[in-house]
Amino acid sequence: MQTVWNNYRYLILRRFSQISILVLYFGANVWGWNILMGNLSSSLLFGIVPLSDPYAALQIFAAGAVLTADLLIGAGIITLFYLTVGGRAFCSWVCPINIITDFSAFVRRTLGFDSIQKRQPATRNIRYWVFVMSLIISFILGITAFEFISPISMVHRGLVFGLGLGWAAMLIIFLFDLFVLKNGWCGHICPLGAFYSILGKFSLIKVQHDADRCTGCMECKVVCPEKQVLFMVDKESLPVLSGECTSCARCIEVCNHEALHFSIRNFKN
Amino acid sequence: MSEIKNNDRREFILDMARNVGLATLGGLMWSAYVDEVTASTLVLRPPGALKEKDFLRACIKCGLCVEACPYDTLMLAAPGDNKPMGTPYFVPRDMPCYMCTDIPCVPVCPTGALDESSVSKDGVLDINTADMGVAVIDDNSCIAFWGIQCDACYRACPLLGEAIVIEYSKNERTGKHAFLKPVVVNDVCTGCGMCEKACVTEKAAIFVLPRETAEGKAGDYYIKGWDKNDEKRLENATSEITTTEISKESAIDSLNDGLEDLY
Repeated sequence: MQTVWNNYRYLILRRFSQISILVLYFGANVWGWNILMGNLSSSLLFGIVPLSDPYAALQIFAAGAVLTADLLIGAGIITLFYLTVGGRAFCSWVCPINIITDFSAFVRRTLGFDSIQKRQPATRNIRYWVFVMSLIISFILGITAFEFISPISMVHRGLVFGLGLGWAAMLIIFLFDLFVLKNGWCGHICPLGAFYSILGKFSLIKVQHDADRCTGCMECKVVCPEKQVLFMVDKESLPVLSGECTSCARCIEVCNHEALHFSIRNFKN
Repeated sequence: MSEIKNNDRREFILDMARNVGLATLGGLMWSAYVDEVTASTLVLRPPGALKEKDFLRACIKCGLCVEACPYDTLMLAAPGDNKPMGTPYFVPRDMPCYMCTDIPCVPVCPTGALDESSVSKDGVLDINTADMGVAVIDDNSCIAFWGIQCDACYRACPLLGEAIVIEYSKNERTGKHAFLKPVVVNDVCTGCGMCEKACVTEKAAIFVLPRETAEGKAGDYYIKGWDKNDEKRLENATSEITTTEISKESAIDSLNDGLEDLY
């Protein structure tokens, strides 16, 4: 059934989730709400539960600082959460940069850039190199290396606490994804995405493909920001096991033949 | 067949070399950038902040201290502020630290970058032990040093009469007036900046600097012999005699050495 809700339900839910998280943080800073205080690096839920970015905690550890109990508990909760729901669910359901890069990808598709530039000039493994490098630099310089250049925190922190020149970071990422490299930031460079890809290998919730229903229209691969994870489409009925899947569910909603759906991972096979 | 294998191997090695090259280039640029942007030494931190180097290590840039501050004193450095990005700071001339007795900004810190124990006395939070910086007076632009009566900073100081004291001296120019000069007591000053905020001159004549920047250090060669506390610095002193080319003989011999030719 092709209704707007059917074709965009997850997209609408994701934008709702991303924007409400931003609003909660913003409200905490500006109007003193105490539902979700702080920002994506570290926050307090309802004024009690600590939540911390485990990748930031890893960099702090590499930089040689003593990890406090609050930080360990906070990072532990977040790690467990994404271990369960799928690491990169952060990327598509929480991260504000995703809105920008999705928009880039949308413009690319609409203007037909993708059909002209079929091959992308860079490997998606760059992000793992960047991830390892961030820890090495943190260790050598005694400073949280990625946190000082991260456009994610820059933009997110900017929207909550005052943007400064943070709009430039937004623009750069938009233009980079639009003209330089398809899915450039989120799919190739971002070490936070790399970190969550590693976590996501073990997640419980997975997208399942049903090859019997597939008509091979490949709509799912057109919208997928990490289309290498959909290698099995139209070939085999397999779950998407790669941690690089962002669980954005665009493939599920664009499929008019219900050949893709969320399912709980079957550990027996 | 072996030709192809050879080429494969060459291509593989070249690819690896290219990747390593790119990674080194990227890593160096990244390190240089991060090193440069964190080298800012003139930033005032919230109370209880660790030493700048350790602070930058531990701060996760979450802004919980900023949200806890009831006065809009603390801000997070945004891109373009030319301060280590995302870290909390304050500008006393705009909004000083008002020294809340319960120091709400410190206990919320999740990473210990703001250290409760450094602003506690006998296990109880005590803002008067804070050390955000130290006030410095430019006596050239301070109108009290001109002989005009002003004690704005003295009155604004939360540690009234302790962190800033007034020194009296005769005004020789008029012969009948007194100078009432403010003097900062460095060891007591917390660096809250209320004096800087209160200063009446166009650009504050009294301002807070990080202690590292504002203070010198006499070093171990100089001891206040009349001060029992200062003498304690000698308690663990050891003596170590270094022998150099010049000092291995007695001073006289050393000075006269090499003059034989003159006679």
